[in-house]
Amino acid sequence: MAKAHVTSHEPDFWNVQTEHKGIWAWLLTKDHKRIGIMYLYAIVSFFFVGAIFGVLMRLELIAPGKTIMEPQTYNSLFTLHGIIMIFLFVIPAMPAVFGNFFLPIQIGAKDVFFPRLNLLSWYLYIIGGLLAITSLFLPGGPVDTGWTFYIPYSIRTTTNVIPALTAAFILGFSSILTGLNFITTIHRMRAPGMDWFRMPLFPWSLYATGWVQILATPIIGITLLLVMIERVFQVGIFDPSLGGDPVLYQHLFWTYSHPAVYIIILPAMGIISEIIPVFARKTIFGYKFIAYSSLAIAFFGSLVWGHHMFTAGMSTTAMFIFSFLTFLVSIPSAIKVFNWVATLYKGSIALEAPLLYALAFIIQFSIGGFTGLMIGALSIDIHLQDTSFIVAHFHYVMFGGAGFGFFAAMHYWFPKMFGRMYNKKTAIVAWAHVTIGFNLTYFPMFIMGYLGMPRRYYDYLPQFQPYHIASTIGSWILFAGLVMMIVNLIRGMRSGEKAGMDPWGGTTLEWTVDTPPPLENFETIPTVTTGPYDYSRYEIAAKEAQ
Amino acid sequence: MSGQWETQSVHLHRDDAGSRMGMWLFLFTELILFGGLFIVYAVYRYAHQAEFHLAAQELHSTIGFINTIILLTSSMTMAMSITALQKGNKALSMALVSATLILAGAFLVNKFFEWAGKFANGIYPGSPELMNRPQGEVLYFGLYFVMTGLHALHVVIGMALLAVNLSFIKRNVYTGENTVKLETAGLYWHLVDLIWIFLFPLFYLLH
Amino acid sequence: MQQENNAHGHIVGYGTYAFIWLGLLAFTGITVVAAGINLGAWTVFVALGIASIKGLMVMNVFMHLKFEDKIFKIFAGVAFITLAIFLVLTFADYLFVR
Repeated sequence: MAKAHVTSHEPDFWNVQTEHKGIWAWLLTKDHKRIGIMYLYAIVSFFFVGAIFGVLMRLELIAPGKTIMEPQTYNSLFTLHGIIMIFLFVIPAMPAVFGNFFLPIQIGAKDVFFPRLNLLSWYLYIIGGLLAITSLFLPGGPVDTGWTFYIPYSIRTTTNVIPALTAAFILGFSSILTGLNFITTIHRMRAPGMDWFRMPLFPWSLYATGWVQILATPIIGITLLLVMIERVFQVGIFDPSLGGDPVLYQHLFWTYSHPAVYIIILPAMGIISEIIPVFARKTIFGYKFIAYSSLAIAFFGSLVWGHHMFTAGMSTTAMFIFSFLTFLVSIPSAIKVFNWVATLYKGSIALEAPLLYALAFIIQFSIGGFTGLMIGALSIDIHLQDTSFIVAHFHYVMFGGAGFGFFAAMHYWFPKMFGRMYNKKTAIVAWAHVTIGFNLTYFPMFIMGYLGMPRRYYDYLPQFQPYHIASTIGSWILFAGLVMMIVNLIRGMRSGEKAGMDPWGGTTLEWTVDTPPPLENFETIPTVTTGPYDYSRYEIAAKEAQ
Repeated sequence: MSGQWETQSVHLHRDDAGSRMGMWLFLFTELILFGGLFIVYAVYRYAHQAEFHLAAQELHSTIGFINTIILLTSSMTMAMSITALQKGNKALSMALVSATLILAGAFLVNKFFEWAGKFANGIYPGSPELMNRPQGEVLYFGLYFVMTGLHALHVVIGMALLAVNLSFIKRNVYTGENTVKLETAGLYWHLVDLIWIFLFPLFYLLH
Repeated sequence: MQQENNAHGHIVGYGTYAFIWLGLLAFTGITVVAAGINLGAWTVFVALGIASIKGLMVMNVFMHLKFEDKIFKIFAGVAFITLAIFLVLTFADYLFVR
């Protein structure tokens, strides 16, 4: 892929000569930008595999009874859809792709602190991903436990649970190493003058994310390892027939898996905080509140896992405590939403694709957040637990939030990464399809879940069919939009108009380096003298115009 | 795991404190990994107190005690080997790393005989003997094998790290003040010791 | 780089390590003896308390935490507090009637 040269006097990172030739120049690279690009290709590929599984599930559910597949196939599909989308897409997506590519540049560094470890993380990701896909085809059949691997079914089923658990374990290790690398990078490699409160908000969110990755992921590592040991050696730790406690498994599983949703959403929030000021041409409102709220979310998010277990047989006291803590975690999230909206207020708004995705994020994330408060309340959760209301809730947060954050970042940083611009009109048409399709797919699930449609069911009563039809049609529009988006981006990569150094008018450091950046990012490490979002010149001009 | 890696052409500043920071962060993940097991232990101990007491009496606290002494001593020789290297005494540093490796080997040999003894008495995961016992004892021995087994695995990994470092010292890879790789390997080794400091009383003494 | 720190940590003398080692052996002896005394429910906490003292000795001296920047100590505190929170919140379930 030939890339554009704009003002560069040294070759950009795509074309630079390295000690290895051909494909090895990529597979053995220690350049954070190339590793980010390799993550991007891998993650988008896995995303489409997961998306196709999702579309097939929706097609099966368009009518009661058997439509296109057997129940066992359906069970495997929703399990693999969950494993792929969570462990291979949303958890790594933003730190691994955009964090790798932009974190060092945004803080004025030449690379991450441990470049070789960074490459190792990528290999672990690929090994985990391939193992998850391979488990589909091994004798025993694809795993059918749901992505939660609940005991006791996961130690009884004859399907390939161990390969799937191993895959998740390896992916967790990859995630830990990325988090560790980023925290060290942020502590040790900020450019002169880049103190903590001159750091852009995306690195701030990655910092908070890194801590969750380091402190929560090992819990799922040991838990999944114990399930494997339980299957092979019958140690009794989880097996209820030997004295183990399945509820303890759920505690440990969610001790990680709830904080994991903050591993997912925090970087997306960071991205939104980057995009909003650029396209509103306004200094971000409440910078410090946004920065601190990332840490607060990381902290409170680690205290609320019990709300996944209100119907699992916990003590009543624990239910009260976890419900209360769940309400607390909504406060820092709300602070962010208020600050984004306040930044938009009286801004000079440019409705480009990145901002449109960001706006959809804010609205959809808010819907996901509010419904989260509903099911965080004990009495309502008893009614809604294990219905498709839950499915709708977490898709609004995980897809309508984090997924849209990923798309926003792709459209925002695309010109810097590839040196070219995509077709902006097509991008907006694709955005409209994705947004309408998304809401049409998942909103009916709120309603039918409220009316009693259970989640993960293969069959259903005829009264739910209108909602299922709407949802399935939505999935087609959504998928068409996704294809349109990716085709547009691939075309842009190949033959788009060449992009300049700062096509959006951004003020953070990545917009001061060549497009695409050279191998070492900066010829000389910059000295930073101002905060990240300095739009005072626009604001003065706007005041004068009044 | 950690260390001062240099990219092909991007010459990063050497930053030893940063390398150690990365290793510490990694050790926290190890700590939480074992921490998950300690949570499981705590929950089951709370639920089956009498049976945990009873089962613990079957462990040889003498072997546990000897192994504790061995690991504490190996931690000291590890720490001293870094001082030796920093003072430029290569031969002493190598001798101390070798001593650490020998002590680690002795730990594993003891562990092997301890486990073999349990197996000979018919106590191993899923054994008919164990299955006839109360559930609390099944859980106790399940945790015993998992936790000491995972710890032994870390001993083996630590030994591999130390062996690599021994050859680095021998081949004069560490020149001048550049001892951070040995320091980070040492940090890992002390973590293995640290975990054992908690495993020892929880399994061998509380009966 | 903002925080330049090539200070080589601290070179600790052999004597200090030997002294700490003796201390660790002494505490190992104490914990063995203490385990023999019947303290009822306190036995576990006494054993864990002694283990924590030994752990602090290993971390501070053998692992040089004492000589590192303040941020390392904060990190270690965060890690241990996180683990404690996980334990306490899990016991919020097990300590009470289900």
